Amino acid sequence: MKGARASRTTIALKLGMAVSGFIFLGFVLAHMYGNLKAFAGHDAFNEYAHHLRVLGEPMLPHEGALWILRLGLILSLVVHVYCAIVLWRRAARARTTKYVMKKDTGATRASLMMRWGGVTILVFLIWHLLNFTIGKVNPSGGATNDPYLLMVDTFDLWWMTLIYIVAMLALGAHLHHGIWSAAQTLGWTGTAAKRQRAKVFGFVIALIVSIGFSLVPLAVLAGIITK
Amino acid sequence: MSHDSHDMDMPDTVTATEASPSGSLDGDYDDAAGYYTPGTPLVDGKAPQGPIADRWQNRKFEARLVNPANRRKLSIIIVGTGLAGASAAATLGEAGYNVKTFCYQDSPRRAHSIAAQGGINAAKNYKEDGDSVHRLFYDTVKGGDYRSRESNVYRLAEVSTNIIDQCVAQGVPFAREYGGLLDNRSFGGVQVSRTFYARGQTGQQLLIGAYQALERQIAAGTVSMFTRHEMLELIVADGKARGIIARDMVTGEVQTHLADVVVLASGGYGNVFYLSTNAMGSNVTAAWRAHRKGAYMANPCYTQIHPTCIPVSGSHQSKLTLMSESLRNDGRIWVPKNQADCDKDPRDIAEEDRDYYLERIYPSFGNLVPRDIASRAAKNVCDEGRGVGPEVEGVRRGVYLDFADAIDRLGRDAVANKYGNLFDMYARITGEDPYSVPMRIYPAVHYVMGGLWVDYDLQSTIPGLFATGEANFSDHGANRLGASALMQGLADGYFVLPHTIRDYLADGPFEAIGEDHPAVVEARTSVTERIEHFLTVNGTRSVDSYHRELGNIMWEYCGMERTETGLKKAIDLIRGLRDDFYRNVKVLGTSESLNQSLEKAGRVADFFELGELMCIDALNRRESCGGHFRGESQTEDGEALRHDDEFAYVSAWEWAGLDERPVLHKEDLVYTAIEMKQRSYK
Amino acid sequence: MNLTLKIWRQPDAVSAGAMHTYQLADVSPDMSFLEMLDVLNEQLNDQGEDPIAFDSDCREGICGMCGLMINGDAHGPEVTTTCQLHMRSFSDGETITIEPWRSDAFPVVKDLVVDRGAFDRIIQAGGYVSVNTGSAPEAHSVPVPKDDADRAFNVATCIGCGACVAACPNGSASLFMGAKVTHLGLLPQGQPERDERVVNMVAQHDHEGFGGCTNIGACTAACPKEIPLDVISQLNKDLRTAIKHGH
Ligand SMILES: Cc1cc2nc3c(=O)[nH]c(=O)nc-3n(C[C@H](O)[C@H](O)[C@H](O)COP(=O)(O)OP(=O)(O)OC[C@H]3O[C@@H](n4cnc5c(N)ncnc54)[C@H](O)[C@@H]3O)c2cc1C
Ligand code: HEM
Ligand code: SF4
Ligand code: FES
Repeated sequence: MKGARASRTTIALKLGMAVSGFIFLGFVLAHMYGNLKAFAGHDAFNEYAHHLRVLGEPMLPHEGALWILRLGLILSLVVHVYCAIVLWRRAARARTTKYVMKKDTGATRASLMMRWGGVTILVFLIWHLLNFTIGKVNPSGGATNDPYLLMVDTFDLWWMTLIYIVAMLALGAHLHHGIWSAAQTLGWTGTAAKRQRAKVFGFVIALIVSIGFSLVPLAVLAGIITK
Repeated sequence: MSHDSHDMDMPDTVTATEASPSGSLDGDYDDAAGYYTPGTPLVDGKAPQGPIADRWQNRKFEARLVNPANRRKLSIIIVGTGLAGASAAATLGEAGYNVKTFCYQDSPRRAHSIAAQGGINAAKNYKEDGDSVHRLFYDTVKGGDYRSRESNVYRLAEVSTNIIDQCVAQGVPFAREYGGLLDNRSFGGVQVSRTFYARGQTGQQLLIGAYQALERQIAAGTVSMFTRHEMLELIVADGKARGIIARDMVTGEVQTHLADVVVLASGGYGNVFYLSTNAMGSNVTAAWRAHRKGAYMANPCYTQIHPTCIPVSGSHQSKLTLMSESLRNDGRIWVPKNQADCDKDPRDIAEEDRDYYLERIYPSFGNLVPRDIASRAAKNVCDEGRGVGPEVEGVRRGVYLDFADAIDRLGRDAVANKYGNLFDMYARITGEDPYSVPMRIYPAVHYVMGGLWVDYDLQSTIPGLFATGEANFSDHGANRLGASALMQGLADGYFVLPHTIRDYLADGPFEAIGEDHPAVVEARTSVTERIEHFLTVNGTRSVDSYHRELGNIMWEYCGMERTETGLKKAIDLIRGLRDDFYRNVKVLGTSESLNQSLEKAGRVADFFELGELMCIDALNRRESCGGHFRGESQTEDGEALRHDDEFAYVSAWEWAGLDERPVLHKEDLVYTAIEMKQRSYK
Repeated sequence: MNLTLKIWRQPDAVSAGAMHTYQLADVSPDMSFLEMLDVLNEQLNDQGEDPIAFDSDCREGICGMCGLMINGDAHGPEVTTTCQLHMRSFSDGETITIEPWRSDAFPVVKDLVVDRGAFDRIIQAGGYVSVNTGSAPEAHSVPVPKDDADRAFNVATCIGCGACVAACPNGSASLFMGAKVTHLGLLPQGQPERDERVVNMVAQHDHEGFGGCTNIGACTAACPKEIPLDVISQLNKDLRTAIKHGH
C-alpha cells in the first residue's frame, strides 16, 4: 500500500482510543476524589461541587472551566466510541465464519469484555447524567438542588446502589485491561518487565477506582453517610 | 524396514580388521554391464582456462551483456523459491528481466531451505585463523572426496564472502559477538572457524532474507509469483528449453508458461527414500521431467546420510528429524552387548554390558568419526540385532547417545546450556527426557549431492535450461561439507547465475512460440494423460504405501552400504513395484481441485524411475567415495576406498526411454590446483 | 488409543462446508498429530472416501505450512506447531474437534487448507530492506550491538504460520506484522525505510481485512515460536513515530 496514510490505519484508531481513554481515566480519578468528600460531610461535599463551577473565575465565566472539561470529555467520548465502533465492525468482518469450538487461551476475561463492558458503561453514563447532572432526578422525591442530599437520597435505595456497583465493576474490568492496553498501544511496553508493570498498574488503578467509587454508595446504604 | 535378506557374503565393517580387504579391483569388470549403454565422453564446453583464481573473473568478462532496455522483453521462469531460486529471482528481477517463479507451497518462504540449522560457510577469515578462498576451496574438494569439478568449487569459495555481505545488508540477524561483529564457529570437522550462523536456524534466516528480497521484486512488478503451482513438464521447442507445464494445485488447471529460459531450483530428491529429513513435498519431478527431455542426471547415487536423527517410532512415521551433530561432542554412543538386554531400561544395563562400539572400533576418533562411518556402524549393530527402541517391522533401529557421563562431568546446567534446545526438541518428539534416559538416534537420508548435470555456467545439456542449488550436481562431489549447501544455493542464485544466464539471453528474445506449437501440445498432452491415468486406475493401494515400499528398498540396498547383489536385487524390486503401481494405485477425487493424493502420485511415479537410475549409478561406481560406500571397496579398517584411476569422473546419465538402458557419459575430473589424496581418519 | 474426530470438510472455496465425525482406532501416542491424520486418510482412501486435505511440509516446526485449530486452540494444547504436536497430549476415548484457521483474510481452499497469501502481501508492502544484489557493503563495516542482534533474531524466528490470526478474537495479524517491523527496526540496515515500512505494512494489513488489535494476548499464547507482545508495542510505537514524522 504505497502512499498510505498512517492516520488512516487501525493503529491510529487505537491511538485515539488510548488517548481518549486516558483522558477519561484522569477525569474518573478526579471525580472519585470529589465523591470521597462525602465522608467529610454535607458542607465539604457541596463546597467541592460549587468550587467546580466557580473554578478559574474571574478569568473564566461561571462554570467556564467545567464546560471546558465537559467539552473535552464529550469530544473524548465521541472519539472513544467512534473508534470502538469502527474497530468492532472491522473485527466482526475479519471472522464471519465462527469456530465450532474456540478457547481463548491466554486471554483475560477483562480483555474479552471490553466492548460489551464499554456499552454497559455508556448506558450507565447516560443514566448517571440524567440522575445527577442533566435531569436531576431524585428517585425518592426529595430535593434536587442540593448535590449532597440528592446523592444520599439516591443511594439510600438499594437498587440504585446495586446499579451503581455493577457499573463500577464494569468500569473496573474495563480499566484493568484498558490501562495496560493503552500503554501497549502507545508503545510503552516494549519489554516483558514493562508489560508486567503496566498490567499491575492497570489492575491496581482499576481496583482503586472501582472500590473508591463504591465506598460512598455503600456507606450511604450502610447508614455511615447520612443526611 | 526389512533387513532379512542382507547379503551373507558382505564384509562386515565393524569387524573389518578380521575381514579380508576387498579393495583390489579387476579393471575390466563392470558391475553395471547390461544395465546401461556406454556413451560418448562429456566435456564442459564453458570450462574456463587459465589460473584457477582468474577463471571466474574471466568468465564474467566474457559472458555477453544484455542491454538494460532489452531485459524487460526477456522472460525467465524459475522453478523453486528456496535459497537458490528466491535469490536468483530477486536478483534477476532487480536487473530488470521479466521473471516468473513457481513453488508448490502456499508461500515462497516455506521452501525446505528453511529447515537448515547449522550455518553457512564463507571465507571471510574474520578469525584470522588461516582461512582463505583457497582453503575453503581445498576443504570443499577434499570433503567431496575429489569428485567435484575444481573450477566450480573455486568460484563457490570466491563468492562466498559476498553472500555474507549481501545477507547482512538485508537484515539477516546472524549471531554476533559482544563487540557487535559477526561470530563464527567451526563446523563439520574443519580446522578453521568460518561458519556464520543464526542460532540453530540459519537456513530460516537466510531464506527469509532472500524471500523478502523476492517479495520486494514482486511488489515492484518485475517478478510474478505462482504459489501452489507444481511444474509437471518441461517444454523443449526447437532444441531449447522454452517453458513449463504447471498445474495450479488449487483449481487443477493445467497451465502453459512460456519463456526464453528456464531455471530449475527445485531442491533435492532425498524423499526417494520415503523417510528423510526433507520436507514432505520435496520431489524430483521438476528435475526428472527435464531429464526425460534430455537433461543429463549426474552422480544420482551420491547421497548424504546423517548419523544423528531421531529414530523411527512406528510404521506411521512420515519423516525424520535431524539433530545437530554437535551432540556427538559430549554424548557417548552405545548399544547393549547382549541382544537380550535390548528391551531393558537402559539405566538398568550395567556398564560392563554396554558396547561403546565407536570408541571400541575407532579408539582415536571415538564418537567423533565422520558422518558416514558413524552411520554405517550404527546400521551394522542394528543389523546384528542389538538395536534399541521400539521394534518397527521386527527390527529395533536405534542406538543410545548417552549424556550421563557429560552430566556427571559438566553438571546438568552446563549440558542444558549447550544442548538445551536440542534436548527439548527430542523430548517433544519422543516424550522421553534425555537428561535422565539416554537419547536414541539413528542415521537418516539428509542431502543428495547428485542432480542435474550442469556446465560451468550452470546450464544443463538442454540449451536454455539452467539448474541451481541442490537440484544440480556441481559443487559437492561425493560428499558435502556441513554448512556448504546454503553457501552454494545463495552463491548460485545471487552471484553466479545472474552473470552466466546473460550470455545465453544475449541471443534472445527467441522466436515466439504459441500454445499450439507441437512441443507445447505434446508436453500438455503428456501431463493431462498422466493425470487422467492416475485418476482412472482405481486400484487397491494408496500412493503412500507404494512410496513407503520404494523407500524401504532404496534404504536397504542403496542406502548406507551398497553391494552388487543388493543393487541388482533392488533394481528388480523397483521395476516390479513400478509396474504394480501403474496397475494398482488408488487415487480418489478429481483433478479439478486440490488433490493431494494426485500430487503425490506424480511424484512417486518419478521417484521409481530415479530410484532405478540411482541403483544403476551405484552399481557402475565400484568404488567407495564420500557418501557412496560400496561394500566391495573398503580398506582393512572398513573405511571407504576410492579408485581414482578408474572413477575420477562424473557420471552423467542420459535418458533413453522407459525400460531402455540409460546412456552413461563420463566427464573426466582434472585437478590442476589441487592434488588428489586418500581420505584418512586414523 | 481410540479417538472420535470431528473435522471440517469443505470441497472447495465456494462450496459450503460442515463438520464430519470419524472414528479412529489404534492410535499410537508416539504419532504426531499429522501422522494420525495420515492414518485416517489411509483408512478413508481404503473406504473410497476422499482423504482430508491439510497442509504440511517440513514437519519439524519451521516452515509454517501446517496449522489446525484443535479443540479450540490454534496448533492444539501445546506451545508448538501442529506437526510437532504428538498424540500423547491426548487421552484414549477423547473427542477432538479439528477446524481450519478462521479468518476472512485466509479463505478456506479445501477442508483444512487455507490461503495465507495475505501474509506475503503484507511483506511485499514493506517487510524488507531495499538492497540490490551486489551493492552490499562489507559485512563488518556496520557493527550491531549483540543485544539488538539477539533480539532481532528472536523475533525473526516467526514462521508465518498464521496461528496468531487464528487465535485472535479480532482476527488481527499484529503479532506477525510486529515481529517483522521489530526485527528490521532493531538493525541499522532497517532504519532508512522504517517509517514507510510500518505505515505501508499496517495499511496493507487493514486492506486485507484483518481486524485491529485490542491487546488480548491470545496470539502470543498460540504462537509456536513464542513471539512476545513486545513486538506489538514496538509496532504501535513505530506507527506513532511515523505519524509524528508526517507520514
Ligand atoms: C534438516 C536439514 C538441515 C540442513 N542443514 C544445513 C546446514 O546447516 N547448512 C547447509 O549448508 N545446508 C544444510 N542443509 C541442506 C540445505 O538446506 C539444502 O540443500 C538447501 O537449502 C537446498 O536449497 P534449494 O534452494 O536448492 O532447494 P529448496 O530449499 O529445497 O527449495 C526447493 C524449491 O523448489 C520448489 N519445487 C520443488 N519441486 C517443484 C515442482 N515440481 N514445481 C514447483 N516448484 C517446485 C519448492 O516449492 C521450493 O520452493 C540442511 C538440509 C536439511 C534437510
Ligand atoms: C462510553 C462507553 C465506553 C465504551 C463503549 C468503551 C469501549 C472501549 C473499547 C471497545 C476499547 C478497546 C478495547 C481495548 O483496547 O482493549 C476501550 C478501550 C479503553 N477504554 Fe473504553 N469504553 C467506554 C468508556 C470508557 C471510559 C468511561 C473509560 C475511562 C474511564 C474508558 C477507558 C478505556 C481505556 C483506557 C481503553 C484502552 C485503550 C487502548 O486499547 O489502547 N473507556 N474502550
Ligand atoms: S507470530 Fe507466531 S503465530 Fe503469528 S505467524 Fe509468526 S510464528 Fe505464527
Ligand atoms: S509442517 Fe512445517 S511447521 Fe509444521
